[in-house]
Amino acid sequence: MNPCFVRKYLYGDIPEETGGSTEQQPTSAAAGWPLWEVFIRSKQGLDHKHAGSLRAADAAMAIENARDVYTRRQEGVSLWVVESKFIHASNPDDAESFYTPAEDKIYRHPTFYDLPDEVKHM
Amino acid sequence: MQLHDLEQAFQDKIDQETKIEPRDWMPEAYRKTNVRQISQHAHSEIVGMLPEGNWISRAPSLKRKAILIAKVQDEAGHGLYLYSAAETLGTSRDQMIDDLNSGKAKYSSIFNYPTLTWADMGAVGWLVDGAAILNQVMLCRTSYGPYARAMVRICKEESFHQRQGFESLLVMSKGTAEQKAMCQDAINRWWWPSLMMFGPKDSESTNSDQSMKWKIKRKTNDELRQNFVDMIAVQIKLLGMTLPDPDLKWNEARHHYDFGEINWEEFWNVVKGNGPCNKQRLDARRKAHEEGAWVRAAASAYAEKQSQHQQKVA
Repeated sequence: MNPCFVRKYLYGDIPEETGGSTEQQPTSAAAGWPLWEVFIRSKQGLDHKHAGSLRAADAAMAIENARDVYTRRQEGVSLWVVESKFIHASNPDDAESFYTPAEDKIYRHPTFYDLPDEVKHM
Repeated sequence: MQLHDLEQAFQDKIDQETKIEPRDWMPEAYRKTNVRQISQHAHSEIVGMLPEGNWISRAPSLKRKAILIAKVQDEAGHGLYLYSAAETLGTSRDQMIDDLNSGKAKYSSIFNYPTLTWADMGAVGWLVDGAAILNQVMLCRTSYGPYARAMVRICKEESFHQRQGFESLLVMSKGTAEQKAMCQDAINRWWWPSLMMFGPKDSESTNSDQSMKWKIKRKTNDELRQNFVDMIAVQIKLLGMTLPDPDLKWNEARHHYDFGEINWEEFWNVVKGNGPCNKQRLDARRKAHEEGAWVRAAASAYAEKQSQHQQKVA
């Protein structure tokens, strides 16, 4: 594949050149605040789920901003924030070789097995 | 793979209703169109706070004040969702904000009209947010994943904006003669600019065809505008008010309302920066950005100091 047609991003949804890394650029108002990914637990017993992202100078500010931006209507009881640069993602170009091997292993699903009706719930 | 193969594979995905995600290959024009549209949308939310912010301190009751504050806060939030979505396409937030402040980037022209009376808060909620919602509901199904997800969140919050506007007008429409007159006056002034929010006619719109093919948009400007007219023409009757269009009339054959010609000269004038409030809005944004500079710098300096402190402790 001609590389000039493909942009490779390293940080989840965020292009690497704007990943908000404070290591690459000094923290200053001009360079902008780092980007954070926000995860919300909507109620006790459920997983934290990715909600979106925001910019903040540090983790405490990221949590406070996430409260204001993503939970104005009681959407959550717990928040996680993680700097976007720390998220590593699989490469979409590899998706075929990476995920399709599971496709022909239908015996991993319960419906693969034909059982007599007398076996009611199994 | 050659470029045209990649483009074909991309179009196939769109045709099969597979969403496009940030790390997927996409044509440069698709990326650019989305950056333009999403950032304009974000700017509209941010500038859209100004005409309503104008009335927060003069709301007629504590209840109306709390509602208005909540609505303006939602708009800030919607701007932030959208800036994040645009950033996934490789543009930076600072760049987008600079483009807004320099006047290079556009935002919805509707916010270049003034909010002259309290009734305008109702008319903006009902008509302006009503028009925006039609567009936004369509965009919940747009082909670019992060944009669609932001729109789903926005639409959930937006419906209160329109309802509170209509309810506020409904109260005025049952009030004193002065209140009724104020209600009608606000509707008269906001009706035509609201129709202009859907953009140029399909026959004049340069972006429509390709955007439909890429499923960035799923309805044309004229289709959305017609939906809006049909909706409002019915709701106005509940207010006992009228829309300022002598040509507005139910067309039995089309099963739609016919309506008069929009003043396109006014439309293009406001787009080009000559609306009643273009300068005032941009000045307000620039002032807020400049006067907030020390806050941003202080937060960065504090974060830097904290992280150095932590490194020392570790």
